[in-house]
Amino acid sequence: MYTFSNRLKIASFILMAVGVLGIGIGFVSAPATVDEAKAMVAAHDDGHGDSHGEEASQAMASDHGEAAGHGVDHDEHLLHQLQNRPWSALYVAAFFFFMIALGVLAFYGIQRASQAGWSPMLFRVMEGITAYLVPGGIIVFVILVLSVMHFNHLFTWMDADVVAHDKLLQNKAGYLNPTFFLIRAAFFLGGWIGYREISRRLSIAQDKADDNSNFKKNFRWSAAFLVFYLITESIMSWDWIMSVDPHWFSTLFGWYLFASMIVSGITVIAMVTIYLKSKGYLPDVNDSHIHDLAKFMFGFSIFWTYLWFGQFMLIWYANIPEEVTYFVTRIEDYNLPFFGMVAMNFVFPLLLLMNSDYKRVNWFVIMTGIVLLAGHYLDIFNMIMPATVGDQWYIGIPELGAILFFAGAFIFWVFRALTNAPLQPSRNPFIEESRHFHY
Amino acid sequence: MASHYEAQIRKPLVLGDKGYHDVSVDIAAPVEGRANRQWWIVFSIALAALLWGVGAIIYTISTGIGTWGLNKTVNWAWDITNFVWWVGIGHAGTLISAVLLLFRQKWRMAINRSAEAMTIFSVIQAGLFPIIHMGRPWLAYWVVPIPNQFGSLWVNFNSPLLWDVFAISTYLSVSLVFWWTGLLPDFGMIRDRAVKPFQKKIYGLVSFGWTGRAKDWQRFEEVSLVLAGLATPLVLSVHTIVSFDFATSVIPGWHTTIFPPYFVAGAIFSGFAMVQTLLIIMRKVSHLEDYITVQHIELMNIVIMITGSIVGCAYITELFIAWYSGVEYEQYAFLNRATGPYWWAYLLMMSCNVVSPQIMWFKKIRTSIVISFIISIVVNVGMWFERFVIIVTSLHRDYLPSSWTMFSPTFVDIGIFIGTVGFFFVLFLLYSRTFPVIAQAEVKSILKSSGARYKALRDAGKPLYTLSKNGIVRETIISDDEQASVSSEPDEKSLLGALGSFDSTTQEPDDLKKVKGIGPLMEKTLNKLGIFSFLQVSKMTQKEYDLLDSLTGAFPGRAQRDDWAGQARMFLNNDK
Repeated sequence: MYTFSNRLKIASFILMAVGVLGIGIGFVSAPATVDEAKAMVAAHDDGHGDSHGEEASQAMASDHGEAAGHGVDHDEHLLHQLQNRPWSALYVAAFFFFMIALGVLAFYGIQRASQAGWSPMLFRVMEGITAYLVPGGIIVFVILVLSVMHFNHLFTWMDADVVAHDKLLQNKAGYLNPTFFLIRAAFFLGGWIGYREISRRLSIAQDKADDNSNFKKNFRWSAAFLVFYLITESIMSWDWIMSVDPHWFSTLFGWYLFASMIVSGITVIAMVTIYLKSKGYLPDVNDSHIHDLAKFMFGFSIFWTYLWFGQFMLIWYANIPEEVTYFVTRIEDYNLPFFGMVAMNFVFPLLLLMNSDYKRVNWFVIMTGIVLLAGHYLDIFNMIMPATVGDQWYIGIPELGAILFFAGAFIFWVFRALTNAPLQPSRNPFIEESRHFHY
Repeated sequence: MASHYEAQIRKPLVLGDKGYHDVSVDIAAPVEGRANRQWWIVFSIALAALLWGVGAIIYTISTGIGTWGLNKTVNWAWDITNFVWWVGIGHAGTLISAVLLLFRQKWRMAINRSAEAMTIFSVIQAGLFPIIHMGRPWLAYWVVPIPNQFGSLWVNFNSPLLWDVFAISTYLSVSLVFWWTGLLPDFGMIRDRAVKPFQKKIYGLVSFGWTGRAKDWQRFEEVSLVLAGLATPLVLSVHTIVSFDFATSVIPGWHTTIFPPYFVAGAIFSGFAMVQTLLIIMRKVSHLEDYITVQHIELMNIVIMITGSIVGCAYITELFIAWYSGVEYEQYAFLNRATGPYWWAYLLMMSCNVVSPQIMWFKKIRTSIVISFIISIVVNVGMWFERFVIIVTSLHRDYLPSSWTMFSPTFVDIGIFIGTVGFFFVLFLLYSRTFPVIAQAEVKSILKSSGARYKALRDAGKPLYTLSKNGIVRETIISDDEQASVSSEPDEKSLLGALGSFDSTTQEPDDLKKVKGIGPLMEKTLNKLGIFSFLQVSKMTQKEYDLLDSLTGAFPGRAQRDDWAGQARMFLNNDK
């Protein structure tokens, strides 16, 4: 049995405390009036503050109609962006850590449904990480509910005034309306959490059983979950992320988000496993298991790049105005994070994990993993921020605070869940294969 | 490779009582034997179709592309549909050989050879269409970027069609090298078995002087892994670039970002369906049922079901996003697809590709050979119509309603298609008589871990040396349950007579599970027979062991191998 070390526990509390402070500062320092906002921008930067209006509001320009005078509209827009910032920072970090747990759940489901022989030794680690689905999912849901209640303007389509002046959004109202939106979110979360709990229960029961019936049931549930996940993951990505740019659309979006999700998930599995091993737990997990996880990190990083490139290239090549505006905003206002993310998520793992020996060097996997996680955080950042804060983006106190808070919460919840059951399953029919696994 | 240990619940991948020599004999048999009448009949039909196609091609080239059904609006239809269809079919080979190799899926070993052969043959068919469509195929080398002195114009690197040229030629060459590398040890085996000098010479040549030394094998394994690593991105790239042919355009219904992965999934889907079609026939004709087992068919069906679901998910995504986008042209393109004049093609595509594979959720159905065969054909048809629907329905409604039209193929269009089907089968039938259709060297590498004979021996606890050298030992491991039950009464008594009975009122039962070889199940069985204590077990001799074996029927020979009596004596002594 694993015991949650006090040092790690305290570290997670400190992270959460510092994080709450950062989030609080973000909310307190957000401007309340147009004048404050203008003053903030004027004081803050001369560097990139001058040109922000035009391109930043490209995606949202039509939301506000042409009637209003440009100057007033522009300043009010600035206020909204600055007010959105702490919310966006919170949402990006909350979603990112939730996404890690969901990615692990998908990976876990795939391992079960495909009857993989190498991975059962890691099932408890994966189950520990997916435990975060419950608090993480609830937090994301609460943020969505608060958005619906107009505490923030992350989703412009929730604003009745905006919709009233926007024909496109009126046409989408059958789908993009607050009630249906929340019903869908609750349904998806319920399904994912439900599978997680069922599978976990069967997994524990299998250790005490004297036949394989729990294992078989788990196999069936996993297959059913994967079907559910295939459909709901796409819809979730349209709802929770794509709809912050309510005019923009891309059919690939759901699968692209999936790639980000699964890379981050596998990276965290590898990191937690290596941590536990370094503390003397998981005696039967060997370097070959780490090697396989690193191979998946490598492979899915390439897959992510493939989808990133597919989406970007097709839209860039066709150059259709309503689609290409998405990337225009990102290249003009988010140049560094946008292309930096490609370097972190593609070039880095490609170079570092190409060599097969390096995949067995644990600290190497950890270092690459940290870069990967940062890169995929940036990916989510690039998905949300351009629509909510426009060119008024920073990675400052609110963003870092939110990351720290959710990192702390994640660590606390995951490692607490790991103490609940033996770290190595004992009666999985493939456990011997996993124990002998040697590449 | 991964360790040789395999969990007990995994089903054997090679059925029957096969040793190493049996594998050589079985797989060399179609090559060494003579073709039967059915082979000649099918071959003649395929050849006739091929000749018909050749005629249609000659007519096209000598008269012009005007012999096809293309028109000003639908200027790309039957030919590109066939092209994409064949390229798609060519995907399963490399997927099986490379991706499944990287995923350490041992079941691929029975099917990779034929799947790769199919890949190469179908890519050849695919390559024909662009070349014919050029009108002057003798200038086909103009697609290669060569200096202008050779008469060509410099190629347009901005065009996805040119990327296609590179992607497909790279794919074809890597697949060919991969295929042939795998063939080397197998050709060597056939060469060594060949009796006639001519055959020996030919197979000697094509096996590139394979000797089977350790060095050969080491190089072989390394090259296989490197090629697998190269081929994996290629599998994705080929159909991705084929999808770019459409998706880089601004034509509603073609321009959508999901195309790259969705085309790849569709290609794997159709490729597996074709592998299924071919192998279900081949395993029967060439008597390979022990190698291409029902489990293989089931697993392929599962792949078909998964990729079919992914494709279905993409169809629905496209439909939904077309509505969601609010772009009228997109909305119309999809509405027209489903309800316009080509509604029947759309319906066919939906029912063949999305609905029909879903029946594979039932184990009864996916292990049925007849239904698997039917579904594989249905999927092949459906995937042809998918390409037709995407291509023709997007084109036939132009931006100008005055240009709206329909497409109808001429007999030349159909003739060329039939010709390629014939060509494909001619190649495949020739292959099946001259090539080792199963990667026997690879199958041998998993025989000990996954062969039925070795699995049975292992489960029975018999050491491997009990096999005789020529590999034809027939051991009856299966216990005769009926006999045991008939004679169980007297046996039980004589067993307890020798071991002494156990009185539960005065004695404590021992934990028999401490004895190595006795699990919870065996303990229950022993308890049922009246054996509860180490004392009783320690008295067991050869006679009692045999009695016990005949009574339980499970794990014969296990007790004496693990020396239960000796172990029990040890526990008794420890207790004292």
